[in-house]
Amino acid sequence: MNISISLASKKTRHAVLKPSSNPPIIFTPGEKIRDQTGFMRGHGTYVSAGSLKATVAGVEQNINKLVTVSPLRCRYNGEIGDVVIARVTELVHKRWKVDINARLDAVLLLTSIQLPGGELRRRGMEDEQSMRSYLSEGDLISAEVHSVFADGSLSLHMRSLKYGKLGQGVLVKVQSNLIKRSKNHFHNLSAGVSVILGNNGYIWIEPTNDNKDPVGFEVDLQQVVDIGDRQTISRVRNVVLALSYYKMLIYDTSIQYALEESNKYTVSDLLTAEACYDIANLTRHRLQAMGE
Amino acid sequence: MSLVSLNEAEKVYIIHGVEENFRCDGRSRQDYRPLELEMDIVSNANGSARLRLANSDILVCVKVEIDTPLPEAPKDGKIEYFVDCSANATPAFEGRGGEHLAAELSRFLCLAHGPVFNLSKLCIVPGQSCWKLFVDVLILECGGNLFDAVSLAAKAALCNTSLPNIVGTYEDGQNIDLQISDDPFDTKPLEASDLPVLVSLCKIGNSYVADPTIEEEICGAGCIVVSVTPKGNVTAVLKKGAGSFMPDTLNEIIMSGSHIGILLNKALNETLIQDMSSNVCKQQYGFLK
Repeated sequence: MNISISLASKKTRHAVLKPSSNPPIIFTPGEKIRDQTGFMRGHGTYVSAGSLKATVAGVEQNINKLVTVSPLRCRYNGEIGDVVIARVTELVHKRWKVDINARLDAVLLLTSIQLPGGELRRRGMEDEQSMRSYLSEGDLISAEVHSVFADGSLSLHMRSLKYGKLGQGVLVKVQSNLIKRSKNHFHNLSAGVSVILGNNGYIWIEPTNDNKDPVGFEVDLQQVVDIGDRQTISRVRNVVLALSYYKMLIYDTSIQYALEESNKYTVSDLLTAEACYDIANLTRHRLQAMGE
Repeated sequence: MSLVSLNEAEKVYIIHGVEENFRCDGRSRQDYRPLELEMDIVSNANGSARLRLANSDILVCVKVEIDTPLPEAPKDGKIEYFVDCSANATPAFEGRGGEHLAAELSRFLCLAHGPVFNLSKLCIVPGQSCWKLFVDVLILECGGNLFDAVSLAAKAALCNTSLPNIVGTYEDGQNIDLQISDDPFDTKPLEASDLPVLVSLCKIGNSYVADPTIEEEICGAGCIVVSVTPKGNVTAVLKKGAGSFMPDTLNEIIMSGSHIGILLNKALNETLIQDMSSNVCKQQYGFLK
């Protein structure tokens, strides 16, 4: 039995990033950025009394005469081709509505999934009626952003063997801008678990399964994940949360380094603030030494 | 209340983990997540505490006022609990959303503290005036296991509370005027270290877990909340959720809850003593992490 109550004054409060000589200026909402004359108003700004002011808390970015403020923390803004983890929230006419941590729910059209068995045909009335047997409310999927609608909502597709319904595992939610965009968002870590780093900040951790049915909507509920895999999954989960607490980019190398650094702790020790700081700090040192 | 939804596969994963005594975050069934406590953070209250349990953030503030005692209990003071679920915690608390949970929490806190809290300590002039304590609980973030977090924070705030000293009384016919000391440090502490804390045990599969996360609360069939004093006495028991319990299981859960409660009380007490000893030039952090 493990109960620890610490005092807030005893907590380590260091930042893992080294203080730079010229830190970026952070604007708060309503703060004046500059006079409007000669500049164009971009995202995150408004004009008031002849000057440009910020509508979000963030840093200024300029492209020629366009002034924008990019927020420090925001909901997910999708781009075509992003890998996302999504949770089905409702079923409507010929489509699923899914939660992807964006301002609006995304849609997954019945025509943008692969039917079980890889059948290729027009989707008729029967398919529409059996939609719930493929995906029902609460199910998690991995998918790709297919297109962006005018109102900013996204349309997803799962027309590849990479994507599909997710089975047993753990979902971790982090800020979406902490996920580093890379060629591959599906990783088999050497420790025997797979992670899917969704661009929307949802990270799926599951045991590596080589003989998985590629296009199936069936999930094996009888299968028991063995304790070894379970420990590694929990370790990855805690390590990812530690990295996200210290606002470090999350990608395969950072997770791998953090995992290696975490070996001196037991999995439940990784929940403590000291262990989180230690791991984040050591990981940053290793990443810097590698020049990343 | 929860906006978290889980599918069958995730539930199965959590249930199997609990059976193996290895939960999703690596804890065993009896472990608590690390807690963080900060005392005395509301300067204009008589006692206050902030407690953070993973993502649950609770602020408790105690204020005292002079009131007249009830005619049926002329020698007793009064205590009132009020819980406010801020809509910042979860959008489900918006409007009247958190009212039910708030009422349940404040009622159960009152029930749990009732048999232990000695109200006669709050008496000033029997039948004429007494202290009335207002215990205000604010839930700022909701990350599961609210009952334990709220009770720990409430106990810490009550331990932190001190009553102003009364320097004189003037009788004016029937009325008695009380003169309270002008010095804000001329106070006497309210003895509250024997108050109980709440221990939630959530039944998942065939076993039960302490300190459930939101996900585990969803998987569980039901939850038993036991109120335990530092000596291990149980003052109140509450069942949450739709599940039912066999008498044997219920007994076992209450026994185990009382065991955990002793350790939880001990941990809180040690932290409070540590806080007392480090009282000089203490820096306050509040919500700046």
